[in-house]
Amino acid sequence: MPDDTRRPALSYYRTPLPDVDYSEFQGKLIVIEGPDAVGRSTQVRALKLWLEEQGHAVLDAGMARSALAGKGIKDAKQGNTLGPRTMTLFYTTDFADCLENEIIPALRAGFVVLMDRYIFSIMARAIARGENRSWITGLAGFALVPHAVFYLRADVKDLVKRVVVGRGGFDFWESGLDFGFGPDMYHSFVRYQARLIRVFDQLAVPYGFNVIDASQSADQVLNELKRSISTIFETPADAPATPRKART
Amino acid sequence: MQTFMPNRCPGRLIVVEGIDGSGKSTQISLLSQWLRLEGYAVTFSEWNSAPLVRETTHRGKKKAMFTPTTFSLIHATDFAHRMEGYILPLLQAGAVVCADRYAYTAFARDVVRGVDRAWVRNLYRFALEPSLAFYFKVPLEVALGRILGGRAALKYYEAGMDMELSRNIEESFRLFQGRILAEYESMIDEMGFHVIDATQSIEAQQREMRRVVGSAFGPGRPAGVLSTTTEVGVAGRHA
Repeated sequence: MPDDTRRPALSYYRTPLPDVDYSEFQGKLIVIEGPDAVGRSTQVRALKLWLEEQGHAVLDAGMARSALAGKGIKDAKQGNTLGPRTMTLFYTTDFADCLENEIIPALRAGFVVLMDRYIFSIMARAIARGENRSWITGLAGFALVPHAVFYLRADVKDLVKRVVVGRGGFDFWESGLDFGFGPDMYHSFVRYQARLIRVFDQLAVPYGFNVIDASQSADQVLNELKRSISTIFETPADAPATPRKART
Repeated sequence: MQTFMPNRCPGRLIVVEGIDGSGKSTQISLLSQWLRLEGYAVTFSEWNSAPLVRETTHRGKKKAMFTPTTFSLIHATDFAHRMEGYILPLLQAGAVVCADRYAYTAFARDVVRGVDRAWVRNLYRFALEPSLAFYFKVPLEVALGRILGGRAALKYYEAGMDMELSRNIEESFRLFQGRILAEYESMIDEMGFHVIDATQSIEAQQREMRRVVGSAFGPGRPAGVLSTTTEVGVAGRHA
């Protein structure tokens, strides 16, 4: 994995986008990453309220919601007929549309952009399905470097518990059934999510993830996130932001 | 870095490239008919044809939502679907796949739109290496004459109107095609194109294509390449 990541926040990892002036960004980009059912969305909701309480304008965004490709991805997932590489590229299209039309304008306007998943989820899903790492790393090279990436980390058994208790059932895509990691839904879920966790772990160091133990209670996780996020706002505006080191 | 994945399938992939109006579609159509008559199992692949992605592409085009990056990515998505679901299995089965446009179209068009050259080459690295790639070389004015003479209306993205080169759609098309042409020309050596002089007569171009294909395939049918006559023919002859 190339060390693309010792790059200042709000620059690109490897490839600049056409027609983007990187010097005019003012806001903060904060990413919550992690496997399915780890509790990201709960944390994003709570963080948004907390940040707004402090007077920050917050844009929260996520995957497969873009104006361009969100609907197409949802339709494609209904039919399950797109191959893994096609899905990777469809999600990357969606990500690019969100980046260029939502994230970048919000950063120009000085918003705090709070992302529920980022390009790393697309990378992890692709790599877990056997995709070539250097290809996907190059593809992802146009993403903006966030001020912080919080990786909510849990073991598979924690995820299983959350799915059973919190959702009451397993999901086709979260179980990786499109690829068939196991003979049935449960075993496929376990193997697929274990692979995803392994890939996220591998991305953590090169991309400077801030690893948070998600087996703690939601309140404990939230407090840890708040503590770390506070330090982002303490950085003087004129000092270059630096990627955060993984805490593991 | 290798541009594409080596094709280890028994089938053969023949690609035609060139700007609009270069006559490549006519030529690949004639070539595929000839190959069919020669007994090959021939299939045809066009640029931009996967139904699942088409809806998104249409939405983006209708509402002019594309940026150079999303335009590039949606076409790569479509291409990946064609590759995974159509071209690869056919090549594995031993077919001769004739493709009207291939990744080179994206290399030319996306770079003209400002997308990073190395990034878009990496984007298509999963594509299989064509057995033969023909480039139909034609002066801009000749191609423009063929297009602008015969067709009713140019489309927004086709004319590169998103690049704001000119407010006049025909002028925008000229400027856009001119830049694409320059990008193609710069790829000839890098990509190892067989250059066809597309100002020649249709018949002369087709003769040259058939000669190149014939000598690439060699005498007799290459091993593993599927034929419409193999089973019956071979069994019949040797029985």
